[in-house]
Amino acid sequence: MASETTHDVAHTAMTLIDQLPVLQILIPLVAAPLLVLLGTKRLSWAITFIASVLAFAVSIALLWLVKDGGFISYELGGWAPPLGIEYRVDAANAFVLLLISGISTVILPFAYTSVRAEIAERHHTLFYSCYLLCLTGLLGVVITGDAFNVFVFLEISSLSTYALIATGAGKNKRALTAAYDYLVMGTIGATFFVIGLGFLYMATGTLNMADIAERIADQGANRTIQAAFAFIIVGMGLKAAIYPLHLWLPNAYTYAPSAVTVFLAATATKAAIYVILRFSFSVFQPEFMFETLTFEYLVLPLALLAMFAASFIAIFQTDLKRLLAYSSLAQIGYMLLGIALMNETGITAAIVHLFNHGITKAVLFMGVGAIVLRTGSSFLYRIQGMGRVMPVTAAAMVVGGLSLIGVPGTAGFISKWVLVQGALEKGWWPIAVLIVLSSLLAVIYVWRMVEILYLSSPVVGADKREAPLTMTIPMVIMAGACVYFGFATDITIGASTTAAQGLLGGTTGMIEVIETATQAGH
Amino acid sequence: MDFDFIIGHLNYWLFIVLMMTGLYIVIAKGNLVKKIVGLNIFQTAVFMFYISIGKVENGTAPIFPMDMNVDPSVAYSNPLPHVLILTAIVVGIATTSLGLALVVRIHEAFGTIEEDDLLKIERDMATREYELHGSAMGGRA
Repeated sequence: MASETTHDVAHTAMTLIDQLPVLQILIPLVAAPLLVLLGTKRLSWAITFIASVLAFAVSIALLWLVKDGGFISYELGGWAPPLGIEYRVDAANAFVLLLISGISTVILPFAYTSVRAEIAERHHTLFYSCYLLCLTGLLGVVITGDAFNVFVFLEISSLSTYALIATGAGKNKRALTAAYDYLVMGTIGATFFVIGLGFLYMATGTLNMADIAERIADQGANRTIQAAFAFIIVGMGLKAAIYPLHLWLPNAYTYAPSAVTVFLAATATKAAIYVILRFSFSVFQPEFMFETLTFEYLVLPLALLAMFAASFIAIFQTDLKRLLAYSSLAQIGYMLLGIALMNETGITAAIVHLFNHGITKAVLFMGVGAIVLRTGSSFLYRIQGMGRVMPVTAAAMVVGGLSLIGVPGTAGFISKWVLVQGALEKGWWPIAVLIVLSSLLAVIYVWRMVEILYLSSPVVGADKREAPLTMTIPMVIMAGACVYFGFATDITIGASTTAAQGLLGGTTGMIEVIETATQAGH
Repeated sequence: MDFDFIIGHLNYWLFIVLMMTGLYIVIAKGNLVKKIVGLNIFQTAVFMFYISIGKVENGTAPIFPMDMNVDPSVAYSNPLPHVLILTAIVVGIATTSLGLALVVRIHEAFGTIEEDDLLKIERDMATREYELHGSAMGGRA
């Protein structure tokens, strides 16, 4: 079989477009060790930025190719799936790829200043190397069509994340215990995920997601598949910080360096939510009774609990970073709620919110990072009145805050609107009411942030200057995106609807957009 | 559930026992190094699970003869789970080493690796921060 495949490849001209899926992963993966080998501190940021821009360009091209509902199947090393590893790009993951690589590209200029202020210079090369590995892992988790490959990329991103969080130790030693806690819980989560994959392999004898889905549909639900589902949801739930499994998140976000917090808050949990979506709808059959029951009686109440409890805890925080971390937990609740609705509108809402919350939290955490640069702390009493001396930063944060609440005209409104529609479509109007009520809690903590920033005089000892341009420009871009996606919904809702249809319908009815070289030969 | 079933699935029972032992150590032990050891036992249990899946009844080691004259009547065990577990072992080693490195750094920074002491130190730090915050904000918070 191998010889047959190579024979085909030799006779077909490969173009760059054929290789896009693998380039998405290869660019950051190759750049990471390159940084360490070159070992120059000045070049390390530049190489990271270039790699990130290239990855962003690739993901734009990929989304462009699949936005009308097709998919791309890339055979790694020319080995045809289901035996070989397959990268499968459709609207759902192309959209998440765009979010991850886009966020990474926009926040890197911000990271340049922030990292120089918060991390010892001798660690910079290794820091950016870890950053690139984390980016590789997250992109890999999202792009791959092979179930075990998800685990491998998940661990690449997790291991580098633990190291990135621990680099916050220079400022606050609690970063070390936060990283340790995350390491223990993250490893338990990943191991649960592997056990789930083991059960899936036991039941189906294959690791290719599309192939697993076909075979599960043939044999129907049984105890092994139920066990697999339980392990995978709990394992990924730990990574996505579903409400009772969230204990690692507040400390990790609070004590990590600002740049790392921005990146993690905007991308890491989103990749995990994507995996839950992909496994729930493209691998397992959503029609299975046990899956419907799990979502209706377990995930839905937990999502509602997260929306209220986490927002409520956020109100009483004394540290702005921790306040936003709890708000992230609440927002993950909205995404889970969308998934738990199990209809097309609900899943569309989950994917749109995944994107919109990513850009919203990026603005807010970047704002905090800029304030930390000037005041040295994110404690509310230390940042009082900083909105008056940092007008651009504070204005961007207010836009982000409005988007967090879901005020019309911002991205956050769009996703909550679709979510409410999804709940009403299902006839669950009390849920729609609860969505609105929990947004009111967001009003309280966002107002607290605004009050601290504007309605008091600046503390003595703070550096009373606006943040440098490298920080304000990414913030303004992201805040602009929050407003832009609040009006121009074609891209977000369009891609998300196609994605939701693809997730619910499976790839069986889809057209393959690119004939890869091996298939062209047949 | 008869005797044969229980004996026939011995490796699966052991997998569950090992897994629970590991998980219990991670949760119950206060020493950070012991937690890492527990995590290792937990992961090793999964390796055992995967290798059990790969076993085919009456199957032999999946090695083809040198002359590639494969006898179709010979059953081979499935080698794929073993390969997967090789990857998982590598991941496990990386996790262990990173975890232990963090423990070393925690010991340098806090002077202890006992969870109770660490929690106490962190609680004291948090209390001091709250007091500072409370007085700065006019005693309200």
